[in-house]
Amino acid sequence: MASIKKIGAGVLGVAVIAAAGAGVWAYQTLNTSRSAVADDTITLAEFTSEDQDAIARGEYVMRAGDCAACHTRGAGDFAGGYEIATPFGTLVSSNITPDVETGIGAMTERDFFNAVRHGQGSEGMLYPAMPYTAYAKLTDQDMHDLWDYMSTVAPVSNPIDENGGMRFPYNQRLAMAGWNMLFFDNAGFDGDPETERGRYLVDGAGHCSACHSPRNELGAEMASAYLEGGVVDGWYAPDLTQNPHVGLGGSTAEEIADYLRTGSDGISVAAGPMAEAVEHSLQYLTQEDALAVGSYLTSLKASDVAPVAPLSLDTAEMQRAADDYEVNCSACHGLAGEGITGMVPAFAGNKAMLSDPSGMIHAMLKGARAPHTGVRQTAAGMPSFAWKMSDAQVAEILTYVRNNWGNGATAVNPAQVAQMREELGAREKIGAPSH
Amino acid sequence: MANERPKADVVIVGLGWAGSVMAEELTRAGLNVVAIERGAWRDTSTDFPPAVDPDELRWHTRRELLQPMSVETTTFRNKTGQTAAPVRNWNAFQFGWNVGGAGTHWAGMSWRFLPWDFEVATQTAERYGEARLDSLMAEGLQLQDWGVTYEEMAPYYDRFERIAGTSGKAGNLNGERIKGGNVFEGPRERDYPTPELKDTNWMRMYRETTEGMGYNPFTIPAGNISQSYVNPLGVTMGPCTYCGFCDFHGCGNFSKSSPQACILPALMRRPNFTVLTETEVLHAVKHEDGKTVKGVQFVTRDGEEGFQPADVVCITAYQMDNVRLMLLSGIGEQYDPTTMKGTIGRNYSYQTCSSVTGFFSGAKMNPFIGGGALGVQIDDYNGDNFDHADLDFIGGAGIMGYSTNGRPIANMNGIRPGNKRWGSEWKEAYARDYQEVANIFCQGTSMPTRDAYLSLDPTYKDRHGQPLLRLTFDWNRNDKSMIDFATEKAIEIMKEAGGEDLMVDNQAEAAWNPYKQHSSHTIGGLVMGSDPSTSALNPYLQSWDCHNVFSVGASAFPNNGGYNPTLTVGALAVRAARAIHETYINNPGPLVEA
Repeated sequence: MASIKKIGAGVLGVAVIAAAGAGVWAYQTLNTSRSAVADDTITLAEFTSEDQDAIARGEYVMRAGDCAACHTRGAGDFAGGYEIATPFGTLVSSNITPDVETGIGAMTERDFFNAVRHGQGSEGMLYPAMPYTAYAKLTDQDMHDLWDYMSTVAPVSNPIDENGGMRFPYNQRLAMAGWNMLFFDNAGFDGDPETERGRYLVDGAGHCSACHSPRNELGAEMASAYLEGGVVDGWYAPDLTQNPHVGLGGSTAEEIADYLRTGSDGISVAAGPMAEAVEHSLQYLTQEDALAVGSYLTSLKASDVAPVAPLSLDTAEMQRAADDYEVNCSACHGLAGEGITGMVPAFAGNKAMLSDPSGMIHAMLKGARAPHTGVRQTAAGMPSFAWKMSDAQVAEILTYVRNNWGNGATAVNPAQVAQMREELGAREKIGAPSH
Repeated sequence: MANERPKADVVIVGLGWAGSVMAEELTRAGLNVVAIERGAWRDTSTDFPPAVDPDELRWHTRRELLQPMSVETTTFRNKTGQTAAPVRNWNAFQFGWNVGGAGTHWAGMSWRFLPWDFEVATQTAERYGEARLDSLMAEGLQLQDWGVTYEEMAPYYDRFERIAGTSGKAGNLNGERIKGGNVFEGPRERDYPTPELKDTNWMRMYRETTEGMGYNPFTIPAGNISQSYVNPLGVTMGPCTYCGFCDFHGCGNFSKSSPQACILPALMRRPNFTVLTETEVLHAVKHEDGKTVKGVQFVTRDGEEGFQPADVVCITAYQMDNVRLMLLSGIGEQYDPTTMKGTIGRNYSYQTCSSVTGFFSGAKMNPFIGGGALGVQIDDYNGDNFDHADLDFIGGAGIMGYSTNGRPIANMNGIRPGNKRWGSEWKEAYARDYQEVANIFCQGTSMPTRDAYLSLDPTYKDRHGQPLLRLTFDWNRNDKSMIDFATEKAIEIMKEAGGEDLMVDNQAEAAWNPYKQHSSHTIGGLVMGSDPSTSALNPYLQSWDCHNVFSVGASAFPNNGGYNPTLTVGALAVRAARAIHETYINNPGPLVEA
């Protein structure tokens, strides 16, 4: 999904420094010996598969890994061209169709394994916008199947200059070796992918921690706070641990599976990058796999985030916010914050919104849209209120919903809203005629 | 041809309710469908979210959701011999101008027509004798059956209600009459998808009053739905908030049945569906033999012409434009009132209406609690629900006490008679009467006549140089008698309810005028029927003249019921689409032998 590329881009600076400073190549980081199981003679353009089961399984791996999210962007299926703006320039997603000239048609299966699992592509090191850090966990079987599937993709001629828009020295692919040395755990899945199917999906193809784990100052995932929530692209990816106040504590595996496959568990509704992930990837999970993910997540140890006592609503600001809520929000979110099941998120009982308010501010300023799924077709939109509300009004309303109907959370500060308004380029509140 | 697009199985001309319903049915059946819509894309959360939707000045006063008059209008005259002049303001009918069409800005009243409405000619003869029918025909009425019965329509009505989420209470479940519902309705297989809306103060008063008078009041079936609902396409709708900004407005909270709220979310994701927005179809293009068409000629917003080839052309634009497109395409023969030959433009009708306003001293009607379809109605004097043996007309009217809106600009003339309409006296009166006024509306049937019809205007043209449509229409004697009768009943009810200072506006008292109508229900001109000499379309909405052209809209109604048209349009769209994908596609040709 889009957000992970932002992460990758965000750590490029670190990567360049690391590459320049380390001076030593870590064998382990670049070791591709696991790719030896793959053929190195037939290219993707030449390869054809008669194994319909393998192709179908490979398509499923593609869905679980959400490849199309970045590589299908208007130029044809998997033909690349998705531009990712970064502080260091623009990255463009590659053409991964079997086209020889402009795609990956000249790759052998071994080249393909090296790229997907080890970040070593045909033109040099991949940028970590490509989540090979998680795909490293994919089994040989899933990789073989994915290869079979990719051979069925129609070749599209669409030349891409992936890093031509990056400034020096960030346009030097070799620099990524340094990043890998620091942050890339170049190892396969450390358990049984059959019996630990949930963890395999979460840490492998699903690459959940890319967004849901917080990152340290150098932009790398903090293993110590695994899946405890993170902020990506101005959206908050919630705590997925069993924390009963802000996490999935109390959620059943069935409810989580429902969320993954339909975009809603009946309380919250996916938005932002998660809506994309549900729409393009997670809705295609089998119920069995979605339940496996749910079971795994419900097995996680709770983070130690403590509950926040509800702020008083008996203030002039909160009374004003109550009026603003009724006028602007209640039509869809309900007078009791109940939302509309499966379509509009509830506030009552919605624990995912009690932590970092980034996503809520984002939605207020730029609007949001639920995913479209086979089960839930609506994909309802949340309108932007940037034109109508000041930073203080947005902050007040969010504080109000975060502390009403049994909720308790810190107040949202108008400065947070102002900052995000600037970062997102959201418009200012419309000017009132002066008297 | 230049700018020829890849061929489609079906091209849909106009993506309003009829076009959306048909596109949904046809794409689900696996056909490749291209819809061409003159207006722009319009989306709930982007274009009319709750914070934008109640902008009365923008949407209601300035009609921003309607097609600008500069794009197309109609010309009008009351009778043959007069020179028609262009209509300069949308009042009597309202062309849609967006994906969703008029289905985006309608009010939401969701009626099935009565069984009688489909068979006016036959049932009049059966109940009152052939002589009665003959005498009406001799007078100039052009009564004819639809070629389809209510019984045949019931499953399609049911399907459309399920898609639209219609709120209501059944009054006739498989023949069993149920008090509280409309006991006069045709039998329905099951209840409405969502329960009826709640009563306002005025609705409660109206219900109690009419019940006390021995009538059968019921809550109007509504496309402002009473609770959240998931339709058969998997699309969720939200509960109505009774905001009262419905007709002329979009709906911000997914509560008003519309293509946006009910169909487009599912349809837009189908890979075998394409919509070309801001693209206007100029006309269909016939094959050399004239028996079928090969596609439609269109022009984009930027003025580039193109051609969309298709095996089937569905004309599902606004009622007026359906007729106009057939005439511009040279399909069928223009109706001529002198010879009564030709079928295109024939049987134009409107909706015969009146209103009775009363004032209730000290009342708190709270009109800001409203809904486009919010009201209580009696059907005791609608259709042929009452004996016409000793009356000098056929047909009737639904008589409703309504709470459709409390829009402050629109209602500012709703003050007691005798008060000044300006200055401080007006302000004082409006502040008081806003809460004390209540309205009854009679929505009556309209019967077609020989002299009312649509044709191409000889003088006025649109921006592309194509002739505008000309409307020739006035109220007829039968309908005037009918609405006089219904209005008297409404006055009795208003007085019984305690209303004072009554104001009565009987629309049919003066010649029909496009600027002062209470309705917007314009029908006919391209009517369905089983006789190709009196109908343009067969009972499957297929052109008698070009068998791969189908057309759905209120244009297909041979006469108007005492109801809003939308549910019948939606049901006909389901019927036509199923005829196409179940029968026509596999065996192209006339579905009914002429």
